[in-house]
Formats: sequence, C-alpha cells, structure tokens
Amino acid sequence: MLHALWTHLVKDLRIEWRSREAVNSMLFFALLVVVLFSLAFDPRGAFSREIAGGVLCVATMFASVSALNQAWAREIRHQVLDAQRMAPTPGAELFLAKVLANFLFVSVVQLLLAPVFLVFYNLHVEGQAWQLALVLPLGTWALVANGTFFAALSIRSRNRELLLPLILFPIFMPALLAMVLATTSILTGDSDPTLWIKLLLGYDIIFTTVCLLLFDVVLNAE
Amino acid sequence: MTANVCEADSTVFCARLNEVSKLFGSFAALRQVTVDLEPGRCYVLLGENGAGKSTLLRVLAGLLRPSFGTVKVFGDNAPQDARARIGYMSHAPMLYDELTAQENLRYFASLYPGRPCLAPAEALKQVGLDPALTRTLGQYSQGMRQRTSLARVLLPVPELLLLDEPFSNMDVESARQMVELLAGFRQSNRTIVITTHQREMAAPIADWVLTLHAGRVASFEPGSPIR
Repeated sequence: MLHALWTHLVKDLRIEWRSREAVNSMLFFALLVVVLFSLAFDPRGAFSREIAGGVLCVATMFASVSALNQAWAREIRHQVLDAQRMAPTPGAELFLAKVLANFLFVSVVQLLLAPVFLVFYNLHVEGQAWQLALVLPLGTWALVANGTFFAALSIRSRNRELLLPLILFPIFMPALLAMVLATTSILTGDSDPTLWIKLLLGYDIIFTTVCLLLFDVVLNAE
Repeated sequence: MTANVCEADSTVFCARLNEVSKLFGSFAALRQVTVDLEPGRCYVLLGENGAGKSTLLRVLAGLLRPSFGTVKVFGDNAPQDARARIGYMSHAPMLYDELTAQENLRYFASLYPGRPCLAPAEALKQVGLDPALTRTLGQYSQGMRQRTSLARVLLPVPELLLLDEPFSNMDVESARQMVELLAGFRQSNRTIVITTHQREMAAPIADWVLTLHAGRVASFEPGSPIR
C-alpha cells in the first residue's frame, strides 16, 4: 500500500516544486487576508489575541480553497485520472497521497505566514505555545481531507469552483470552530484548549475514515 | 444489427459485448451492440463523429458501465476487474505536462505492482522517442505526446489494447511506424481495437472493420491485413 501512496505523493510534490501553483496562490491570498484584517481592526494588545485565532483560521481556509480547487485539475486536464483508474491500485492511496500533498502545501503557507502574522498583530502567546503545533496541523488536516474529497466529488461539475466552498464550509464548520477556539485559548491563555484539541482529533479520524471508504465510489462515478 | 465473429462456442474470446447500450441521460451513445473480439486480431472502428466509437472503447476499458447488456473480458471477467490487462489510449495524452516522458512513464509503471512492465526507456524507444530527452511533456509537439501516450499504454504489456484516434496529430511516417509497432503487438496474440477517421492508415493491420452509425453496428467486415 505504501509504495503506491509514496509514488503518488512524490509525483504531486515534484509537479508542485516545478510549477509552484498551489503554494504561490495560497500564500498571496492568505497574506492579503492577514494584511486586510490588520487594517480593518486595531491589532493591538488583548483584542488582537482574541481575534488572531479566527483571522489565521479563516485566512488558511479561504486560501486553501484556491489550492483544493486545483487539486484534481491536473488529473482532469489531460484525462490522467482515467489512466490512474485503469491502474490496479486502490483509489484510497491516490486520495491519501493527494491529502498529504495538500497538507504539506498548506503547512508551508502557514509556516511562511506565521512571522508576518506575529508582526502585524503584535502577538505574544499567553498560553502554552507548543499546543499550537497540535491545533494547526489537526485543523489543517480536517480542512484538506474534506476539501480533497469534495474537490474530487465536484470535478465533473461545471461550477466546481463555486460548488467546493458551498459543500466544504458547512461540513468543516465544527472543525473550524474547534480550531478557532483552541487557537484563541492558547493565544490568550484564558482557558484550557484540550477539549477542542480532542474534538479536532475525533473529527479528523471520523472524516478521514469516511472519505477513504467512499473515495473509490467518487473516483469511479460517471 | 449485431456482429459476431464467434465461429464455435469453444472459441476463446478476448472480449464479448452482448446487447450493450449506453445512455447519457436520454441520449443513447450505444444501442444494442453485440461484438466478440478474438485474441491476436486487430479491429478498426469507423464511424462519423458521435457514432459511439469512443464510448465503445471506454465501455471495453471499464471506464464506463453499460446501461444495458453485458461486457466480459478474458473469459468471465468484468472489465473493471481486469483493468491491469487492458491498455487504453484516449484523444488526450493522459500524462502530466510538468514531468518529462521518463518521469511520466516511471510513475505509471510503479502503479502496476506485481506486473512485469517494460522499462520506461525501452517503451520510449519502441515508439521512436529518445529516452534521453529532458524536456517536460508540455514542451513536446502533439505527435510526440501521442507517441509518449502510446509508450504509457505499452508499459504494462496489456493483452487488450484500446486506441482512440492514435494517428491524429501524427505525420505519415510516424503513423507508419506506429502501425508497424502495432503489427508486432498483434503477432504476439494480443488484441487491438483502434478507432480512426483515417481508415487507410490502419488498413495494413485491420483484420476486421466495424462501422458504427448512431450507436449501432452498421457493418462488420473482414479487412485485408498484410501479414
């Protein structure tokens, strides 16, 4: 199983390294959101810590949609997906590799965004900063696992770029809420984010499993 | 109208389509098509645009399920269960523009674990391309892409080769080389199905010529292949 997954993943990373389409589009969009929010609100003191979690999560979410919309575009462009369907490897591996690739792309954007974010919002973490290393990957995984699945579901649709956020955002809402509240808890140090981290973990396990089980149906849909 | 090349019940078929119809909404792309394909034969599908040629190939490849009727390949298998033994080349190259030909072929070869595949360099040589080319596929001409696409199909050495318009975008010499390659393929008891508008190109290897009209088999005649 790991062999085909690795093959798909290396291919996706190689293509992104050469084109930089996903990371560039996400990075500029996220930067724009962060800067615009910093202009719209007064990013100083305690208030900035209260809204920073929400701004970071929303910036990541909107930026990711541009990359997720492109997630299957290369496979569709020259009917590569048909060649992949003809191969005797389970679709779940293709899906998981795509999720991993998107997860890495979004994580790279978050890492590049972090210093900008700290400067623009003048942030000092009051809680336990290491917990952000749990919250952000768990929230990102929830976003890209669902996003990759629903992007695959909507690839045959004419309005796929509109359809993806319409399906994805309502489903992602519980994870978004947990991600925002956990991040805010960590930044302000007001409450314990453990409950929200557990909720994110449970969400990830359930939705990743469901997506893996259903992906073959989506892949072979006519 | 149906076409049947079965001469005896004991004949082993590479593929059998029985009363196959394929509907897209209310449009019938295929209507009660019955065809038996023997191993080691080359079948050429002719027909005007929208006659159902590409749909027939996709049904044989297992990429589309028939709305009515049955498709069996290599005995009693559904095409979906025997995809590794079927090679399908479409109008589109089915390759990544951002990768080189070798990278593309290495990627697809590794998706066939346990099946002996040609080496990517060997497959490229077979279709007349230089394996040492380091350009990405996006910088290839249409004809070179077409040949790389054929190399991809040949990689897992399929027993049933389905080629949708393989000669489009190809110059006469390249098309002639492709026909020679396919002739060798057919002689190793493998079955080829080609759709084309260029009947004369495929004529040297056509054992049977099947003409579709509005999704139905209009004629099914022996060809005059050069052996």
